[in-house]
Amino acid sequence: MIEFVDLHKSFGQQRVLNGINLTIPHGQITAIIGQSGSGKSVLIKHLVALIRPDSGQVLVDGAELGQLHGKALDLVREKFGVLFQGGALFDSMTLFDNVAFPLREKTRLAETEIATRATQRLEAVGLADMGHKYPAELSGGMKKRAALARALAQDPAIILFDEPTTGLDPILVNSIHRLILDAHKRFGFTAVVVSHEIPEIFDIAQTVALLHDGVIVECGSPEVIMTSANPVVRQFITGGSHGPIRPGPGSQSSSP
Amino acid sequence: MTSPLEAVGRVALAQVQGMGRMTMFLGSACFWACLPPLKLRRIVRQIHFIGVKSVSVILLTAIFTGMVLGLQGYYTLRKFGSEALLGTAVALSLIRELGPVMAALMVTARAGSATAAEIGIMRITEQIDALTAMAVNPMKYLVVPRVIAGVIAVPLLTAIFDVVGIYGGYLVGVKLLGISSGTYFSEMRNAVEMSDINGGFLKSLSFGIIVTWVCTYKGYYTGHGAEGVVKSTTEAVVLSSVLVLVWDYFMTSLLF
Repeated sequence: MIEFVDLHKSFGQQRVLNGINLTIPHGQITAIIGQSGSGKSVLIKHLVALIRPDSGQVLVDGAELGQLHGKALDLVREKFGVLFQGGALFDSMTLFDNVAFPLREKTRLAETEIATRATQRLEAVGLADMGHKYPAELSGGMKKRAALARALAQDPAIILFDEPTTGLDPILVNSIHRLILDAHKRFGFTAVVVSHEIPEIFDIAQTVALLHDGVIVECGSPEVIMTSANPVVRQFITGGSHGPIRPGPGSQSSSP
Repeated sequence: MTSPLEAVGRVALAQVQGMGRMTMFLGSACFWACLPPLKLRRIVRQIHFIGVKSVSVILLTAIFTGMVLGLQGYYTLRKFGSEALLGTAVALSLIRELGPVMAALMVTARAGSATAAEIGIMRITEQIDALTAMAVNPMKYLVVPRVIAGVIAVPLLTAIFDVVGIYGGYLVGVKLLGISSGTYFSEMRNAVEMSDINGGFLKSLSFGIIVTWVCTYKGYYTGHGAEGVVKSTTEAVVLSSVLVLVWDYFMTSLLF
């Protein structure tokens, strides 16, 4: 189980997270939604200690990440697969090598076993014949799929999806969401999906948390979020221009 | 409003902080270089990139440097009736100074800039974050092989530079200006001592560290976007070149 306890993070004068309290249920797909620039990516980067909090705790299966360094931290990181916003595929490697990379670096598997597993993961995301291609030769949707194949390579217990559908057309958005859902059913990982694809994200998430002004404003099932009376939640879901949320990235609430 | 004194203090503090961070970076690279496992294939790949791929530019610059030395040396020495010492002048200039310095500057221009740009692009496209999230140490994966490769490749390139430069001086002095071949080489053999060669070797070793250290550091801590990569690449080349020349002065005053 993943837990954020009173998490605070600022960059210079800019306060991004202002006391996050959130529990991510085990084995479910949890979506973190919110405006662009509201700190969703910053929040999930705390889970693999890419960013360290100013104060508060990040707990993964009971281990407090702030207390961990070196090998102990690596052991926690190995529980995770991460699909970065831009894919973050290694552009000097083919897709096959990208998927095989974590297996070659972090396991003692034989090359034949690595090849089998990398091929299986590429098949699982519909890129079976693309292993020889380089990331630069792929479309945006294919890059996301390849990044998912790499994230799945080590059978992680938890996968973080940092805006997996940004920049894709609506058909590809649905296709990536279906892929996440299928992979979740097949591999059974805990998923944390950062997204602002409303309402599509409600189709795949079992829990949805809305991040606004550095705090979790509302957290619950998609039905709870959709029927919420909270004006911030309502404005975000309906996309209205009037309400407590000011338009623009990283905006603060207009209410005092 | 800040006073001029405050502004100067802030700049000075930032410079000291930068130097401290660079030193810590080198210390960290040395620490990780001492810890197993060192993946030989990765080091060999970097030796190929830094060393083998720089051979053509080294050959070209070395032959012309030697030829210019031969030409200038001949006309200068002729004023004193000492043309016979041309081989000595060319060899000592190359072995003690020009070989190590020019080879290091060529490596900076060809491989150093590419290294800074490559690592910088990896930084801005989250590839370094992806390595960290996979529990792969970016220092060990990206920096250590390059520094080791620099320590091996730059002295070898310097040796090539010295030999080819001496041949360039021979072409001009002997084939063009008519000094006898025996005089050119016998005077050289009498004057050049093992301490000269050792000094040049030590210089090239330290230049190998400087170039790879500065270029990997600048790439690793690159700024945002394409502009950040351009800036860090330029800074890498300028700082490496300046440090090579400054360090050369101190090495010369200590060694010879």
